[in-house]
Amino acid sequence: MNKTLFDKVWDAHVVHTITNGPQILYIDKHLIHEVTSPQAFNELERRNVPIFRPKQVVATADHNTPTVDQHLPVKDELSRKQLTQLSENCAKNGIQLYQLGHKYNGIVHVMAPELGITQPGMSIVCGDSHTSTHGAFGSIAFGIGTSQVAQVFASQCLLLTKPKSMRITVNGALKKGVQPKDVILYIISKIGTNAGTGYFCEYAGEVFENMSMEGRMTVCNMSIEMGARGGMIAPDQTTFDYVEGRKFAPKGEEWEQKLEYWKGLPTDVNAEFDKEFEFDAEDIEPMITFGTNPGMGIKISGHIPTREDASFEKSLKYMDFQKGESLVHKPINYVFIGSCTNSRIEDFRVAAEYVKGKQKADNVTAWLVPGSKQVEQQIEVEGLKTIFTEAGFELRQPGCSACLAMNDDKIPAGEYCVSTSNRNFEGRQGQGSRTLLASPLLAAATAIEGKIVDITKHLN
Amino acid sequence: MEKFISLKSQAVSLPVENVDTDQIIPARFLKATNREGFGEHLFKDWRYNKDGSVNKDFVLNDDRYSGKILIAGHNFGCGSSREHAAWALSDYGFKVIVSSFFADIFKGNALNNGVLPVQVSPEFLEVLLHTVKKQPKRLIEVNLEDQCITMESSDHKEHFEIDNYKKTCLINGYDDIDFLLSKRAEIELFENQRELARVSD
Ligand code: SF4
Repeated sequence: MNKTLFDKVWDAHVVHTITNGPQILYIDKHLIHEVTSPQAFNELERRNVPIFRPKQVVATADHNTPTVDQHLPVKDELSRKQLTQLSENCAKNGIQLYQLGHKYNGIVHVMAPELGITQPGMSIVCGDSHTSTHGAFGSIAFGIGTSQVAQVFASQCLLLTKPKSMRITVNGALKKGVQPKDVILYIISKIGTNAGTGYFCEYAGEVFENMSMEGRMTVCNMSIEMGARGGMIAPDQTTFDYVEGRKFAPKGEEWEQKLEYWKGLPTDVNAEFDKEFEFDAEDIEPMITFGTNPGMGIKISGHIPTREDASFEKSLKYMDFQKGESLVHKPINYVFIGSCTNSRIEDFRVAAEYVKGKQKADNVTAWLVPGSKQVEQQIEVEGLKTIFTEAGFELRQPGCSACLAMNDDKIPAGEYCVSTSNRNFEGRQGQGSRTLLASPLLAAATAIEGKIVDITKHLN
Repeated sequence: MEKFISLKSQAVSLPVENVDTDQIIPARFLKATNREGFGEHLFKDWRYNKDGSVNKDFVLNDDRYSGKILIAGHNFGCGSSREHAAWALSDYGFKVIVSSFFADIFKGNALNNGVLPVQVSPEFLEVLLHTVKKQPKRLIEVNLEDQCITMESSDHKEHFEIDNYKKTCLINGYDDIDFLLSKRAEIELFENQRELARVSD
């Protein structure tokens, strides 16, 4: 039978199928962090059940960590307690933790691929919806709730009903200035925030084939924003080159064996999907969102649509935008380049290339938050730090930061923030904050100009 | 987990679409390390104004409305995977959430906490949202055994779908961990076979 990439990886992990019920799916790697794990540890303790496979669990501290003075004790008492609890839980159960300050610490979806923990053909879960990021390697990766974190602790498995499969194909060549972030914002603006609910999505076509691993991760990261449980891209030479040689990547004979297996994973030519979408790369332009869900995006040169619908109007009211207006020239006081969507080295290279030799506008507070210690270091080694500092940007320490504003990095009420993160929900970046999602390129340009610009006109 | 068989209660209507988990429980309340007490912060930024005063226009602050059933617009529970959203709803006292569409992860989280997500047709949802708003005392019955939701003293009744396995779990009050623990031998066998296959390749 012809199988999809998703079928192949899923089926290889099925331990048992319950008649008329869910399947038991084996989990290769379980990533955890401080916010969604404590209650799961408590649950196992309450039941007196040990962690089944602690060696397959990897922990990091990222959601609730400060992005300045990480060498000092964490000021906020509750945050400090959460971090201490993670350290204690990991120590007690023999789980590898990359805690705050560790050279491998970082946002869970940035540090795991970087260390070669993420590999093609794996099943990966984490108590975080953007676990879909890891699908960029051709793995099945998805977010889970805390009860499920406890299930994986107890059995290294989950009870799941197999999702349906969908494919989004984008062929052609992207125009100048169009970033991977624009591609995914464009797709979500076309198909909506729940087109993917109940599905696992494969991204196929020339655009993704020609994309770097960083770009593929940005795309897969936002699969959840169209409701899909996960996104996947077939592993190819780009994937193998990225994984090879990383700390936890297979070596020697094991590498050869795995490589052989990975090469057989791409979707068979005649395999069928439950749902398909196709787009042309030529139609995609730099994007920005104007509303309070990631599907409310427009081309930077476009105008806010006119729609009669209560939810749409509520959203515009929150953002204080009018139907039919253009966002170009809107003054902006905050810019955030970071989050597991866009905080990899490539994102900072794109931003630095634009920023080089220019000055940040006086009205703008611009936060750059690398996704991991390794990215932070790379920014310095490549000389990007100097470019940013000279231009007046603030380079902070790694973490989730203003993506969810659990720490002190909050956008004040009523302020607009052009952000490279993935969610523009009401209050996501701080109570009353207004988020406009965009690529690192558009975010960097906004910081320089102090207002939103039509980036296509600013590229020579 | 508490058993769920059927429930008859007044309901609260929240006619908002795409209610995301950041609204259900804002991130700043996720610093706790236990599951209790989240009800206090449910829909925090809608219940309270920016200056901390009570937002009288929000339905949970309207004395006329109460009950164990929340009726909400399309695509309820989208966004973050935080199970704190399900804990907050349950801790506040909601046992059933009715909508015309639920986000995947939220649905699973709710079921794992004994909160029943009932997916109804958009038409039936409209009727429920409207009637409850106009007649706060109207009782709604949710019967899990029959998989039926009924509006009392009316012809409005609808069947809803639920995974058979999950239904059994809820009715008996047991959860996935119990089940998975009972399958450990099979899981170990799976691990060994995979290892063997890899080595003999
Ligand atoms: S950066 Fe944002 S989306 Fe990513 S893991 Fe952290 S909080 Fe979640």
